[in-house]
Amino acid sequence: MADTATPLSAPERQRRHAVRVKTQTAEQKRIRKMVTPEGAVLNFKISTFSERMGAFIIDIIFQFLIIIGIVLVIGFIASPFGFNGWQVAGAIATVLIFFVRNFYFIFFEIGRKAATPGKRMLGLRVATRNGGQLKANAIIARNFLRELEFWLPLSALFGLGGTGVSGWISLLIFAWCMIFVFFPLFNKDKMRVGDLVAGTIVIHSPKVQLLKDIASATPHAVKQSGIIFTPAQLDIYGIHELHVLEDVLRQSTPDIKRNVANRIATKIGWVPEPGQTDILFLEAFYGGLRKHLEQGMLFGKKKVDKYDFSY
Amino acid sequence: MSDRVMKSYRFREERETDWAKLDHIIRKAESRGVDGLSDEEIKTLPHLYRQAISSLSVARSISLDQNVIAYLETLCARAYFFVYGTRSRMGDRIAQFFARDWAAAVSAAKGPTLLAALCLFGGALLAFFLTLSDPEWYWTFNGYGDQRNPNATYGELRDTLYEEQRNIIDLLGAFAAQLFSHNSGIALFAFALGFAFGVPTAALLIYNGLHLGSFFAVFWAKGLAFELTGWLFIHGVTELFAIILAGAAGFMIGGAVAFPGRKSRMQSMQLAGEKAAMVIIGAVVMLFIAALLEGFGRQLINVDGVRYAIAGTTLVLWMTYFYLPRRRGPEA
Repeated sequence: MADTATPLSAPERQRRHAVRVKTQTAEQKRIRKMVTPEGAVLNFKISTFSERMGAFIIDIIFQFLIIIGIVLVIGFIASPFGFNGWQVAGAIATVLIFFVRNFYFIFFEIGRKAATPGKRMLGLRVATRNGGQLKANAIIARNFLRELEFWLPLSALFGLGGTGVSGWISLLIFAWCMIFVFFPLFNKDKMRVGDLVAGTIVIHSPKVQLLKDIASATPHAVKQSGIIFTPAQLDIYGIHELHVLEDVLRQSTPDIKRNVANRIATKIGWVPEPGQTDILFLEAFYGGLRKHLEQGMLFGKKKVDKYDFSY
Repeated sequence: MSDRVMKSYRFREERETDWAKLDHIIRKAESRGVDGLSDEEIKTLPHLYRQAISSLSVARSISLDQNVIAYLETLCARAYFFVYGTRSRMGDRIAQFFARDWAAAVSAAKGPTLLAALCLFGGALLAFFLTLSDPEWYWTFNGYGDQRNPNATYGELRDTLYEEQRNIIDLLGAFAAQLFSHNSGIALFAFALGFAFGVPTAALLIYNGLHLGSFFAVFWAKGLAFELTGWLFIHGVTELFAIILAGAAGFMIGGAVAFPGRKSRMQSMQLAGEKAAMVIIGAVVMLFIAALLEGFGRQLINVDGVRYAIAGTTLVLWMTYFYLPRRRGPEA
């Protein structure tokens, strides 16, 4: 956002507003609305392909660690028994690996958090597409299909160029497998084939902490400093800028805060008062702007961003 | 100066403690389950949940604090999943699966099971007669790696059927190797490929039938069919049954996709997928049992009669377990 001193022309403003609205609608596309039995709407955010890929990689690493752990423990127990001990250990380890490989995902997803450790780390969880109960059967179905979506392509990949298979057949197998691997990219719910069969989706619902309301600090401090903005000054910005300001106040360095404070002051024509700090100014402006915009909302005026003069 | 305080701030201030209470209860429930909650907490939960849900609707329309809205969204979602989620325990569920669900799912899928059996044994019969009439057919269905081919002598073939190793360690090894064998892979793929209208499942079953049939014909031609049957079916009853059921699970999904009836294809596939999941997880259990029978039973028992007895017993047991009508238990 390059704020210049000269106001933008009307068509340019409209264009920028259209761009903002477009990005917001794109963001909305990730959201699935689900109506609870109470009649309230919950917004579920579909997880992205990359999030799911990341979760899967973490889970694979965990599986390897578990398997390595099992092998080490069994090896440690078996080592005093010499060669026979090793043979037994190998067999037992194989059996345990069989269980880890087949039931790791199912075990964790049937659990209360409906997510494997990898998913949990990235704030993902499994849910049903229609918002109903997530049944164990659905979990089983979606995870056994993983065999087809991941392990088969992988083994096909290693098998490629092997003896007895012509290049064309290899290519066909490869193409067929890639359809499964990249299936989630080609539907709007980012479902893999397993999700399709089981009727599930993976949603992004990270734990959010309730932070202190920035506006709670404002009244007292502002009363003392006497920073008051005119409605004309508050009319310059919209909801998008308010949210950006919230992010700036919550999580940025003093340098950035100073920059932002200066920019806002220039834009609204604010003359700094003696003893006024950047943070005090920003918090006061946040409080003032939020109150102004929320009041507008109560009257049905929703100013999306600073280019929005639709009312 | 109370005018300086925003409505949205007052709104939050009045409800914050209740949100925190709900958050606390849900966190406890997520880590320790329903059992971890006190009676008092369970009593207040529905009230707190409904309050949070209504807070969310109000916050969306009056508040511009992103953090509050994001917090309420996730809090309500977590509470929703807990309030309306399943709460049955893992142990209960497993018990219910073996007591009722598995057999019910299998016996409800008689059609697909027959179709899968037809594919497997049809392929086997075809290959059997072809290979009998001309041993050269064997090479069409099998690779060159196996020593049990038409060129092997009676003695060589017979030796593969009986083993003298009775060392517990080797048995364990044989069992473990069996778990990752070719056949368990086939079973999973027969299920997983089902959604492509069941065509790949049928192809996979027929292909394995061909393999089996030609193999059988080799032994038949040398007069070893009786011995081979005992060797094969001591675990084969369970293993082939598992493969057939896995194929049936695949056909269930394939059929639901091809002929969804009045439902949408997605919905139809989802409903079939739930039932098929029961069948396939059961098949995995059967494959595990088959691996036990093959790893230990076949190596330990080298008497044809006993092998036949075990094969027959397993067949009767599976049939009774799956298809014998039983009283319906209480719905869970």
